[in-house]
Amino acid sequence: MNEQQTLVSLRRVSKEYSRGKLKVKVLDNLDMDIAKASFLALMGPSGSGKSTLLNLIGGLDQPTQGDIIFEGKNISSMSSSALAHWRSHHVGFIFQFYNLLPVLTAERNVELPLLLTRLSRAERKRHVATALEVVALSDRAGHRPNELSGGEQQRVAIARALVSDASLLICDEPTGDLDRQTADEILGLLARLHQDHGKTIVMVTHDPLAAEFASDRLHLDKGTLSAEVAA
Amino acid sequence: MKYFGLLWAGLMRKKVRTTLTLLSIVLAFVLFGVLRSVADAFNAGVEIAGVDRLIVTDKYSIINMMPFGYLGRIEQIPGVTRVAHSTWFGGTYIDSKNFFPKFPLDAQRYLDLYPEYVLPDAQRKAFADNRQGAVAGRELADRFGWKIGDRIPIQADIWPMKDGSIAWEFDLVGIYTNSSASGPANEFWFDYDYFDEARAFAKGQVGWFIVQLAEPAQAEQVAKAIDAQFANSDSETKTSTERDFALMFAKQIGDIGLIMTGILGAVFFTIILLTGNTMAQAIRERIPELAVLKTLGFTNTSVLGLVLAESVLLTLFGALLGLALSVLLIGALSSALQAVVPGVAISWFNLAGGVGLALLLGIAVGLFPALTAMRLNIVDALRA
Repeated sequence: MNEQQTLVSLRRVSKEYSRGKLKVKVLDNLDMDIAKASFLALMGPSGSGKSTLLNLIGGLDQPTQGDIIFEGKNISSMSSSALAHWRSHHVGFIFQFYNLLPVLTAERNVELPLLLTRLSRAERKRHVATALEVVALSDRAGHRPNELSGGEQQRVAIARALVSDASLLICDEPTGDLDRQTADEILGLLARLHQDHGKTIVMVTHDPLAAEFASDRLHLDKGTLSAEVAA
Repeated sequence: MKYFGLLWAGLMRKKVRTTLTLLSIVLAFVLFGVLRSVADAFNAGVEIAGVDRLIVTDKYSIINMMPFGYLGRIEQIPGVTRVAHSTWFGGTYIDSKNFFPKFPLDAQRYLDLYPEYVLPDAQRKAFADNRQGAVAGRELADRFGWKIGDRIPIQADIWPMKDGSIAWEFDLVGIYTNSSASGPANEFWFDYDYFDEARAFAKGQVGWFIVQLAEPAQAEQVAKAIDAQFANSDSETKTSTERDFALMFAKQIGDIGLIMTGILGAVFFTIILLTGNTMAQAIRERIPELAVLKTLGFTNTSVLGLVLAESVLLTLFGALLGLALSVLLIGALSSALQAVVPGVAISWFNLAGGVGLALLLGIAVGLFPALTAMRLNIVDALRA
């Protein structure tokens, strides 16, 4: 993969967890490149380390060993606050269970990442309206999560991931809690964001049909990338 | 301000729990406002006591009288510039609820010693010319709607007249004000000569002397000299500073400040436990939500700040409501309280103290949950 096209590079990345006195190696000496504007599906059985890998790429966790390079910057050596700052600028997260704040309306949930910026209230409102328009949810802006369907909640989560114009979207089983039709709508939306807006998407999924929407698919097993299939 | 919506939404997550916690904070601050004001009213005399004045009383009890003749002898002691005297009259105006201090005194001497009491010259002259004349403080006159020329009846409980009557009557000839911002103007004065002539017993006796010093630094030396002057007499004296005298007078009922502080300490200790537990529970329930905030880029410090701010917002809101209610309550009860503790009013100092206390309370109850939130590991917390 051409270096200039690479958004994220993982070099000899290992991750170990301690369970009492026992050390469990989840990822072992992993090398990987994620191209800019790619849509990568990470697949593999439960316990294969997919979520751990996703957390490392998204800067939610740090490797025990190795480097993670994002646009030339080594994020694996960043302090916790520098990493938080980096996440707020570069990464949008979409979770299986949406992880919206139940006490806030859709609009206020989408606004959350913008509270960390210096945008004025009017500017924040404008960005939120645009993000909700992209996910076709403008008419539900004033509703709270419990007043929205699963698909709508996930679209709010996508709008929240988009609102600060993150270049990398991290999706952890984004359709795991949705019926087939809604799942396809969400996946179609992610594919559009990838194709029309040039977003780089890394998606963990168990669902082969969901993986079909991705441009690249990687299989992870026992902490090692075992296969790469070009779309 | 941009985080206010987020903080408010956090508090409104469980409306009933927040309302109940808020009510307990409101109640605590109502108590704070009222009890601090009552304690201040009790100690008002202590706070405004002059540093250059001594009080001479009987050595064994302030209810024992001393000979009027002591006045001239005290005046001769080096370091003394002026001497006045006063006596506790007691008595009741119409109803026992209408309590206010009443003193027979020599107006000329008294006003020279207390320059903060301002009485217009014409009224001062009228007081000197009318043996049955009386002067009331502005607050007292306003309280009963008195105006100059009114006849004020007082029923004696200590001092009957020599004809056996207990019905004293005075003409209100003056109304004084107190130029000291924090000082009261709620006393009732009348002429000592008239009182001494008309009373049934203890003629030529006074309750206490007030001594003005040339130098406040000489207080101890002059006090010793006064007491030495009357040692081994029938009426030995005890001389103290005006502040110590006021403090001793206030402590006749008990150390009000200490009692009020004790009550408030117990109330706020309970509030810390109650609100602290509520905040800790609220944060435990929101661990995944806090992890989401961290995921979005909120730093550990900003999450700590958000939780602390939420806690401070709750206590501050409760304190402001409570202090506002205490102002209304004191206003509503002022006439009833006047009989027991005159001059009860909530001061700006106490209001500011209440706000400061609310901030400290907010930090105290929010600190532990805030530290818990700050230390959350995102990956573990998202799984919670």
